[in-house]
Amino acid sequence: MAKEVLVFAEQRGGALRKVSFEMVTTGRKLADSMGGECCAVVVGDSVSGMAADLGKYGADKVFVVEDAKLKDYVPDLYAQAVAEVAKDAKVLIGGASAMGKDLLPRVAARLDTAMASDCVKLDMDGNSLMALRPVFAGKAFVTIKINGTPQVAAGRPKVFPAEENAKAGAVEKVSVSLGDAKAALKELKQEAGDRVDLTEADIIVSGGRGMKGPDEYKILEELADALGSTATVGASRAAVDAGWRPHSDQVGQTGKTVSPSLYIACGISGAIQHLAGMGSSKYIVAVNKDADAPIFSKADYGIVEDLFKLVPELTKEVKKLLAE
Amino acid sequence: MNSAVIMKQVPDTEALIKLAPDGSGYVKEGVKFVMNPYDEFGVEEALKIKEAAGAGEVTIISLGSERAVEAIRTALAMGADKGVLLNAGEGSACALGLAKALAEELKAGDYKIIFCGKQAIDDDMAQVGPMVAELMGIPCVTVVTKVELSGNKAVCTREIEGGKEIVEVALPAVIACQKGLNEPRYASLPGIMKAKKKPLDQKDISLGDAKAVIVKWEAPPERPPGRIIEGDDAATKAAALVKALREEAKVI
Repeated sequence: MAKEVLVFAEQRGGALRKVSFEMVTTGRKLADSMGGECCAVVVGDSVSGMAADLGKYGADKVFVVEDAKLKDYVPDLYAQAVAEVAKDAKVLIGGASAMGKDLLPRVAARLDTAMASDCVKLDMDGNSLMALRPVFAGKAFVTIKINGTPQVAAGRPKVFPAEENAKAGAVEKVSVSLGDAKAALKELKQEAGDRVDLTEADIIVSGGRGMKGPDEYKILEELADALGSTATVGASRAAVDAGWRPHSDQVGQTGKTVSPSLYIACGISGAIQHLAGMGSSKYIVAVNKDADAPIFSKADYGIVEDLFKLVPELTKEVKKLLAE
Repeated sequence: MNSAVIMKQVPDTEALIKLAPDGSGYVKEGVKFVMNPYDEFGVEEALKIKEAAGAGEVTIISLGSERAVEAIRTALAMGADKGVLLNAGEGSACALGLAKALAEELKAGDYKIIFCGKQAIDDDMAQVGPMVAELMGIPCVTVVTKVELSGNKAVCTREIEGGKEIVEVALPAVIACQKGLNEPRYASLPGIMKAKKKPLDQKDISLGDAKAVIVKWEAPPERPPGRIIEGDDAATKAAALVKALREEAKVI
């Protein structure tokens, strides 16, 4: 079983997540540069049907660990299953998603190897994986080299492209004798509304202190609605600490580090912690009354205007454009 | 019931990060260091559990340089009972090495619950908690926003994309804390006075060879200068922005 690169392909509720395709595409490139195989591993209950989809993105072989005990994400059993498949791989990668960030450090510890989390670039230098990752929420970047087997890295969602790269992925079932779980999932609660998570959003409309109160976020919600299903609403720390938005909406050094294609900052002055957390957005728009706000130094497009006047106009324009 | 909090001292979130000219790291002179904000939630939760039970001790365990004593004293001033500093000198990129040293220290104690932050806000690795749990053979719940103890179990709420998971674990367990869990208290003046007399054990340790090494530090890529969109009124500016986002940036 030669496995130059093994990709942990994450599924939830019987569906593969987009980050899995991003990481298989990345794994394919890494394996090609080593002249070896790119394999994937899927863990769950009745998941072998997913192998074909992973093959489409470049997996030569898909290892499947199926067990009724693995239906939901059970950290210790998943770690046991992935570690079993990964023990003879040279490189193990997965998404730096909620699941990947929880699982991969456990797998690394089990296999007595180190890992690099939340990477934005992965390259092979000979047989060494070079992982570029932000530190201080993006105030600096480091390149990490891992001297262990396997070399483990988690890639940030939405940063690596997912490209179809047809290979007829062969399926190989792996049987792992699983112990009893130390943790049990009791309940899964979907958040009300169907907006995409901040870390997965293509477009983020974010509001800060300038929003003045919780009810005013309605205009940002409307703009996000107009921008489509890949858009969501975020907030600065000031807005979260004021109790206007849930903490899970916070973007910044003590919130989420995000990488959308478009970040629209409304009424956000641009504290250094916030700038760090959204600095890797592809395009940044700043809307603020104060022409001297630091946010303008980071913005690709700045508009000096009262957001309460501008945002509704913006929503109107977006609706008009997208209706065409 | 005794609990432990794994705590790291980190540069304040306000700090500008300036890279050392030789690319070996960042400049620490002039930087204000504080308790990792996510670890504060762990300290607060441990204190709340102790107060509710009316018994037990809260031990703060930090791995870092001598300087981390300040952050341990802050936790003691908040109400923790004792501190341990594993003095390994300045930072390491290898979470596994840190986790091994911490797990060894934690195994020597009788802790029913071990708190840590979901990540340290300096290296953002988010690995130490799950690695410590794995090395100790105990469960771990990450990104936790609620903890309810009942007997020998903890029911935790954790954040996932677009929702929450409610997870039940047997104790002892490692709980990695997320914002929203609680509101950390401030250290009171009497607390600060008392903290000076609380036990703080310092142990020099060696982390051994790191399995992960930083080979390069670099500044974030410079963003090309942006432009201010002018216009007579909000409607004109909005129209110009939408046009630019569509035609130049091609993001909508």
